[in-house]
Amino acid sequence: MSDVVLHVENLSKQYRIGEIGTGTLSHDLKRWWAQMRGKEDPFSMVGQVNDRTKKAESDFVWALKDIDFKVKKGEVLGIIGKNGAGKSTLLKLISRVTAPTTGSIKARGRIASLLEVGTGMHPEMTARENIYLNGAILGMTKKEIAIKFDEIVDFAGCALYIDTPVKRYSSGMRVRLGFAVAAFLEPEILIVDEVLAVGDAEFQKKAIGKMKEVSQGGGRTVLFVSHNMGSIRTLCSRAIVLNQGQLVYDAPADEAVNFYLTTQKEKASINLENRTDRLGNGKLLFTNITMFNKNGEVCTEVVSGDNIKLMIEYRTKADIMANRFLLGITFWDKDEHRLLGFSTDEMGVEIKRLEKKGNFTLEIPSLSLRGGNYDIKLVATEGGTQMDNMLDNIAGALSISVLPGDFWNVGRPNRSGSMVILNGLVKHV
Amino acid sequence: MSKVTTKKWDLIIEPQQGLLDVNFKEIWNYRDLLFLFVKRDVVTVYKQTVLGPIWFFVQPIMTMLVYIVVFGNIAGIPTDGIPKPLFYLSGIIIWNYFSECFLKTSDTFTVNQDMFGKVYFPRLIMPLSKVVSGLIKFFIQFFLFIVVYLYFLVDGVPVQLGVELLLVPYFIVLMALLGLGFGLIFTSMTTKYRDLKFLIQFGVQLLMYATPIIYPMSEIPEKIRYFIFFNPLSHIVEGFKLAFLGQGSLTTSGLLYSSVCTLIVLIVGILIFNKTEKTFVDTV
Repeated sequence: MSDVVLHVENLSKQYRIGEIGTGTLSHDLKRWWAQMRGKEDPFSMVGQVNDRTKKAESDFVWALKDIDFKVKKGEVLGIIGKNGAGKSTLLKLISRVTAPTTGSIKARGRIASLLEVGTGMHPEMTARENIYLNGAILGMTKKEIAIKFDEIVDFAGCALYIDTPVKRYSSGMRVRLGFAVAAFLEPEILIVDEVLAVGDAEFQKKAIGKMKEVSQGGGRTVLFVSHNMGSIRTLCSRAIVLNQGQLVYDAPADEAVNFYLTTQKEKASINLENRTDRLGNGKLLFTNITMFNKNGEVCTEVVSGDNIKLMIEYRTKADIMANRFLLGITFWDKDEHRLLGFSTDEMGVEIKRLEKKGNFTLEIPSLSLRGGNYDIKLVATEGGTQMDNMLDNIAGALSISVLPGDFWNVGRPNRSGSMVILNGLVKHV
Repeated sequence: MSKVTTKKWDLIIEPQQGLLDVNFKEIWNYRDLLFLFVKRDVVTVYKQTVLGPIWFFVQPIMTMLVYIVVFGNIAGIPTDGIPKPLFYLSGIIIWNYFSECFLKTSDTFTVNQDMFGKVYFPRLIMPLSKVVSGLIKFFIQFFLFIVVYLYFLVDGVPVQLGVELLLVPYFIVLMALLGLGFGLIFTSMTTKYRDLKFLIQFGVQLLMYATPIIYPMSEIPEKIRYFIFFNPLSHIVEGFKLAFLGQGSLTTSGLLYSSVCTLIVLIVGILIFNKTEKTFVDTV
């Protein structure tokens, strides 16, 4: 068991929500009074799970609740979760910026965050002075910095300006300088938060590269937070999924990513009621659009060649002549090319009456789009497609992503790249 | 087995540990950082100014001149027979050091919240560095005092060094620790209750008038002297003046009182600071 370098046990963090400042004195006094009588903290009892979609029932919320995991030496652990799932809070606790409410974290070796670069740099001081200061803030001794000084300067590429105040540097150079110091810190446990990564794409690449190098070469441990499932899959050996402050899944990276993507699907019914980027006279409004995959599950991600179903809900504010009504559903690629579409009038769809509320469904037996991202546009008119007759019109009502699939039934997926596939037959004669 | 493994952890992060749990060893490990912060403070203060370090002298000289005019000549407060410049200057520099230690450490959390919110290092390093950089400033101003002192000595003015001169380093340490202690208490409280920020602003100024800076202790009427005695700063300032100017009232009990006060304030300060530093990021 000695190769466990990080052990997180029952870790919880509670936050006060709402305004901090007023009223805290009375809370503090009540807390103190409860403590004096040997009772439990009266405010920790009312904490609730961190669910942002609901209105708070109490003033306290658990940003993290009972997190438990171990990380072994040399392991690259991915941490995934939606915004607000508790990823950053977890990293804050591990990097000791703030203390947990309950539970403990035990670690072997130095912990450092790669992307909090340039912390404490002073613009009036020269690069040389700042390297020492910044290094010391990150926990290096003067001696250690002196040994690595040349390498750091080299890596940052600022040898020429080493005695120039940092305020004369471009922001990019400042970031490079800060990053160089952090990169040569060589901690045993490295924290990389891609979400917070500053700088351009090249810099992010460099950071990821350094992280790879650290985990593979040095046998050091990396904690990696990212919203990019691709990088989690390729870089991490294991991943944990956080949801509303709780650890919901802990598995090899591939499995964890799959789990995360499936749980994400729940939210795929898109409410259109509050969209303002719409045209039309408003006699009819699209209220919801939902996509179902071949298993009838709500989703925004489907596979090329699969059966899919769309459900479009609407409500009306005035009487609409059903015989003149037209619903158009069109698929667009990201370059705003219209690729394919469905028009109820052309298709001879029989619409007898439009009630106050109702819905249309569209079934596509075999989705003939290659892998890529597409937007679905909805149009409703009352008699022709002229502007006057427009009832409602929403471009990009739903964005879907199509994964490469086996449209042709040949046992392997087709290629990506937005394109319509037309069912046909090619023969060599 | 489990006992063996727990020993090997280099770092254990837990919620609010015991009050007395101050990690001095860790602070020692970060001593390089302390000196780099001091260097940063000293080097950057007067960057891009024409007069540079001369500003260190301008402030006490100007203050001294104003005091001579206002308190010495207009108000006519006696100075125990000591030349006015020497009397005021000695008070000003020792007071400056106290207020520097106090004011600069009293906003540790609010000023550094960005840095503290990103990286961990023992937070106590920051106020300690302010005390040390304040000491450097004190020595520069002390040098000014010595120059003025020598001028009057050559001029034949009867100022005499006391045996209390040996206690001067102790006075300086007391001043620093008292300022640090108060600063730590105040910065810890201001993370939650910003009201104190306003109190500090004029509080320090008012405190100066409750300390024998612009008047000698001997001039205080018996009734009020009782109050001045309770100000731990009084004895230190009087002792400092006695050491260099041969005039001042320092009693053993007074010095003992100041020392005990300093110790209590410092310990309370460190404990509160230590408790606050762990979660202040959430409440600041």
